[in-house]
Amino acid sequence: MREELYQQTILEHNRSPRNFKKLEGATHVAEGYNPLCGDHLWIYMKVNPSNVIEEVAFEGTGCAISKASASMMTSSLKGKTVLEAKALFGEFHELVLGNLKPDTQPNHLEKLAVFSGIWQYPSRVKCAILSWHTMNGALDQKKSISTE
Amino acid sequence: MSTFNVQQYRADFPNLRISVHAKPLVYLDNAATTLKPRCVIDAMNAYYVTGVANVHRGVHFLSEQATAAFEYSRQVVRQFLHAKKVDEIIFTKGATEALNLLAQSYGRHFLKKGDEIIISYMEHHSNIVPWQMLCEQVGCVLKVIPINEKGEIIQEEYLKLLSDKTKIVSIVWVSNSLGTVNPIKSMIEAAHQQGAVFIVDASQAVTHDAIDVQDLNCDFLVFSGHKIYGPTGVGVLYGKEALLEAMPPYQGGGDMIKSVTFAKTTYNVLPYKFEAGTPPIAEVIGLRSALEYTQTVGWEDMKAYKQELLEYGTQKLLSIKGIHIIGTAKHKTSILSFVVDGIHPHDLGTLVDQEGVAIRTGHHCTQPVMEFFKIPATARASLAFYNTKEEIDILASALIKARDIFQK
Ligand SMILES: Cc1ncc(COP(=O)(O)O)c(C=O)c1O
Repeated sequence: MREELYQQTILEHNRSPRNFKKLEGATHVAEGYNPLCGDHLWIYMKVNPSNVIEEVAFEGTGCAISKASASMMTSSLKGKTVLEAKALFGEFHELVLGNLKPDTQPNHLEKLAVFSGIWQYPSRVKCAILSWHTMNGALDQKKSISTE
Repeated sequence: MSTFNVQQYRADFPNLRISVHAKPLVYLDNAATTLKPRCVIDAMNAYYVTGVANVHRGVHFLSEQATAAFEYSRQVVRQFLHAKKVDEIIFTKGATEALNLLAQSYGRHFLKKGDEIIISYMEHHSNIVPWQMLCEQVGCVLKVIPINEKGEIIQEEYLKLLSDKTKIVSIVWVSNSLGTVNPIKSMIEAAHQQGAVFIVDASQAVTHDAIDVQDLNCDFLVFSGHKIYGPTGVGVLYGKEALLEAMPPYQGGGDMIKSVTFAKTTYNVLPYKFEAGTPPIAEVIGLRSALEYTQTVGWEDMKAYKQELLEYGTQKLLSIKGIHIIGTAKHKTSILSFVVDGIHPHDLGTLVDQEGVAIRTGHHCTQPVMEFFKIPATARASLAFYNTKEEIDILASALIKARDIFQK
């Protein structure tokens, strides 16, 4: 049996996404687009001179998985340094590919572990990872990120 | 109530017997590709088990046998399309390759700067991109006929776009994302009055009704084998003989030549001129079997039954609160595209898949249609003659379940 994909946390974040707005005065912005399913979002970040992410927000349209993932990402990145954010992206990436088992392997994913079953839905992995790729691109000063 | 014996036909399709996530498969993605009846699988197997040989290239028994089977398939396709001559049937690897062949061979040879090509807003990407590429190459101009809110081509706009500059009109007969059946015959007449050639994308039309290219009087027609219960990797280009004769080859290689020297190469006659290299032999044989199979079912019964499924499915979907059908043309085939308030089509697709129901979600390779309706994607249930009302009921329950999960 596959693990249930639409867990309560995901449905709840889809219904009321956190930090769902355009961020005025953002220092880092990127647009993410998945041409295959039409998921389309913008990530905004305010990073202070000591490389701490003070604020992070997103807007856009997409499926419940991409929206919930973006929402949960914004919650988990706030207050982290750029390096920590990038490390977390690495862990999340391994998680959605099914390479990192949060129950048995050390990690910093916390609530993000709710996506641990998504590797069993290969066509939906891209939905979960889009916001993360976009965030990473924003940190690298890339303006537009596309996943397929 | 029709007397169509759907259970009898279901028994012909082994793939219908599988389970998905421990539920019986409900296959409603027939516009993407159809399932294959046992006879198609057997015909292809027979070639691979006891009949392997290349075609047109040997004097030995197996090669002669394979060549005969291959060429017999061409006869069957000719009959299926009611073409005048067998030389007018070219095997390609699919509708996409056939359209690219037309753009590169016919288009590049006959079109020049300023000439116009007309397509419609509801074309599949395979009937858009090859023409865009051609426009870049020769400087011709692509014109697009708009559609209305029901998902029908606006005929007055078509007539306005037609002029003596129009050299090619290429139109989908039956839309894969909306189900619309276009009035192709009158559109062909109008194009001919301006001296343009008309290409019919019959990819979805092949399972809708019998086809008579002479009656239609189209100049070219294309389809893919896999959408009419045949294998992937094979498709058909029909063209009027005189036009095909006048066109240069598309690809060079074996089979398409008469003789090769470094001083001069002469091309083979039709249809071989357009069939460079070893063709998909087993697939061509499988396609023959698929076309023969459709004849045994019979168009009238099949069409009536599918129309009944369409009506039943439409009513069933409309009875669910929050569902909107995209594509409400007066003339429609059994394709139901829809969106559900508050649930993205991809989430719907995953949730109904849990119930064993296969539907397609996305833009269906028709992004302009999505843009027209201002939606990112639709969910699409496309029904074949082997589907049943019970399966539509299962889809409906799965949709209600999905909606309930999202409203929790
Ligand atoms: C209307 C239409 N045209 C063209 C095509 C392209 O067919 P293929 O991918 O088999 O070449 C399709 C298939 O999706 C289609 O539905």
